[in-house]
Amino acid sequence: MVSVAVPIDQVTVARGKTIALIGNPNSGKSTVFNRLTGLRQKTANYPGVTVEKRIGRLQLENSLVDLIDLPGTYSLSPGSDDERIAVEVLLGRVAGTPLPDAILAVVDVTRLYQGLYLLEQLAELDRPMVVALTMTDAAIRHHIQVDTEELSRRLGGAQVCTIIAPTGHGMPALHKALTNALSAEPGKHAGVSFWPKLREAATDIAAQIGDLDAADLTIIEIERALIDNDQSAREKLAAALGDGAETIVENTRKQLCGEEPPLAAEARARYRWIQEVLPSIQTSTPRQTRLGTTIVDWINRPFPATLLFLLLMAVVFQAVFAWATPLMNLIDAGTSALGGLVAATLPEGMLSSLIADGIIAGVGSVIIFLPQILILFLFIIVMEDTGYLARAAFLVDRAMRSVGLSGQSVIPLLSSFACAVPAIMATRVIPNRRDRIATILAAPFMTCSARLPVYALLIAAFVPNSSVGPLNLQGVVLFGLYMLGVFGGLTTAFMLKRTALKGPKPAFVLALPEFHIPNPRTVLMKLLDRARVFLRRAGTVIFTVAVIVWALAYFPRSADIESQRQVAESQAIATLAGEPLEAAIADIENEAAAAHLAQSWLGRAGRFVEPVFLPLGWDWRVSAAVIAGFPAREVVVAVLGTIYAVGAEAEEATLAERLSAAQWPDGSPIYTLPMVLGLLVFYAWCLQCAATLAIIKRETNSWRWPIFAWSYMTSAGYLGALMLFQLGTA
Amino acid sequence: MTLADLEKGSRARITAIRTASQSVQRLMIMGLVEGAELECLGASLGGDPLEFRLFGGAVSLRREDGRHFDVTPLNGNG
Repeated sequence: MVSVAVPIDQVTVARGKTIALIGNPNSGKSTVFNRLTGLRQKTANYPGVTVEKRIGRLQLENSLVDLIDLPGTYSLSPGSDDERIAVEVLLGRVAGTPLPDAILAVVDVTRLYQGLYLLEQLAELDRPMVVALTMTDAAIRHHIQVDTEELSRRLGGAQVCTIIAPTGHGMPALHKALTNALSAEPGKHAGVSFWPKLREAATDIAAQIGDLDAADLTIIEIERALIDNDQSAREKLAAALGDGAETIVENTRKQLCGEEPPLAAEARARYRWIQEVLPSIQTSTPRQTRLGTTIVDWINRPFPATLLFLLLMAVVFQAVFAWATPLMNLIDAGTSALGGLVAATLPEGMLSSLIADGIIAGVGSVIIFLPQILILFLFIIVMEDTGYLARAAFLVDRAMRSVGLSGQSVIPLLSSFACAVPAIMATRVIPNRRDRIATILAAPFMTCSARLPVYALLIAAFVPNSSVGPLNLQGVVLFGLYMLGVFGGLTTAFMLKRTALKGPKPAFVLALPEFHIPNPRTVLMKLLDRARVFLRRAGTVIFTVAVIVWALAYFPRSADIESQRQVAESQAIATLAGEPLEAAIADIENEAAAAHLAQSWLGRAGRFVEPVFLPLGWDWRVSAAVIAGFPAREVVVAVLGTIYAVGAEAEEATLAERLSAAQWPDGSPIYTLPMVLGLLVFYAWCLQCAATLAIIKRETNSWRWPIFAWSYMTSAGYLGALMLFQLGTA
Repeated sequence: MTLADLEKGSRARITAIRTASQSVQRLMIMGLVEGAELECLGASLGGDPLEFRLFGGAVSLRREDGRHFDVTPLNGNG
């Protein structure tokens, strides 16, 4: 591998050439990409869509080349946003992405039958092309042999290389082929067509236009317009042919396809060629029954598959919670210690508080999520790269269909039980845009790990630790809250798919890849990339709002409270000593912190919105804590600790005791059972997470959906709490 | 007889396709065209979707889409 010391932005090339990397999904494309580019890659979004643009730098013999990793696709007839981008880039139509100088097509040898379809279409594009055939474990096991020379000849001269995916064997030959491709004379492979009738029809139309360059059209674009209703090509056709364009396209199409849909006609024509040539290209010995295959076949039966699915999910959750918790505690202790150190070293005042309670706590609240998020991402990536994701989708498709989604939504939804941020990023596997948005909006309802501290505090404090039959009431309430989340999410998806996201039924086609061991390097690269996105998109938002909440809780500062605190402290010092003194000082400081918070902007905001939350049985303290929790819900426990003068890091039991003692001015308790249950429902449904909002914005590419999600979930939480409190109190 | 009627383990060749639906056209792009031979590998939880082997690869489709593909069964395990 080439050295990785030069940062990608500082690499300069005389004339940067571009190679487009394309292939079927699960063809080993990302592994080839990572092997070719190493760490020198960057990701961005294509303008206007939420499709990831991955570019890497590739060092060839005497030039440095941009390698664009295009989304996986089976054909150039786009069925999703991802596939549309792949086609647009290949045709040189995407702003900021040059027309590729060469194409590198990756095809899995075991799926050559389907791969040839894309290869036909790519060969017709008239660009220098290199085909990388990836030999997977399965291909080696089945003794699949490909006559690469024959394949090259059939494709009209494209270079064909074989790559052994697990070892990377064959990469030097691939480098050489790419170098050759870039120095090839353009137009060398001109004129290949695997569906001559389509080419003739397009040429006829071209003849009517005359000068194709002047019309900014190519034969390929005319062909795509005939088959796919390709918008941009049709507009250009209309401009070149005038009013008659529609009729010409319609008539040509009818001649070509009869009454059949053009896509079906194309599939028939191209597969006729494939069925004809495949026997001369590929030989394989019949499948052998081996222990491995037998086990896999057995696991794929519904019942064992269900068991495996449940077991895997149990492992994922065990890992996310059990493995991440020690790390999270460590990070938490680390940030507290660092904050304490700053508070002890710097003179008391705004600067010390800003650094300790604002900045350090803010950074802490970003990185504290990293262990969980990375573990969750690791599992999602491994499931994707082993081919299990498709299996899981296959398994639960029928169940998910009952709420209007498809099997592909299940892993994102289950992942949100740990954290909605990676879950929403994992929705990219859902090809249909409406299904994807419905899943994104359902995901934040699932009980994520940040809700647990709030649940734990309120349940321990207010739900009696008694038995209901064989069950524990506290456990029942916790389980009920999980179910409430599931119910909220699935109902939301169901209702959205019937209203705002209503549309034609999406095509459901799922290729089920064979299980294979993922490439550790590829997994690591993907993981690093996900971590980067989280830190950049969610991290900055979490940090910013943490500092804003700090400022709201800190300002304005009251001199009176400070002087009262000093008086009280000097009195205590004069009268007490040793442990009682320390306890007294801690009490005085907590009281002062509570008094400060009460008259801070946050406290005032709590009073200001109290009328809104009064019907829910909340006083200004609860309201202020809830407001402080909108950016990140887990903050609530710390804010309640400060408000109730037991300190932000009080033991749960101490805080719970204070909460139970809290009273309205008339002496009645604030935290009654209906109020607490309402508060829990509010937390189950409300979207109090700025990071999730930031990721929804990123993944839907519009502010519309995060704003909708926030308003909708807040209203749902409010109404739920209102109903419980009013019914319970009436 | 259609793809949806195949028993687990049986093989068949596609003879005719009703191409109107989007799903069917996408399946055709994946190689489910006239002349293609498939082996039914079974159904998922609740009997749907179905899984087929096609030239070494496995493809899954929903039962309702499978009804648009007419097939003739192939005998033996060839």
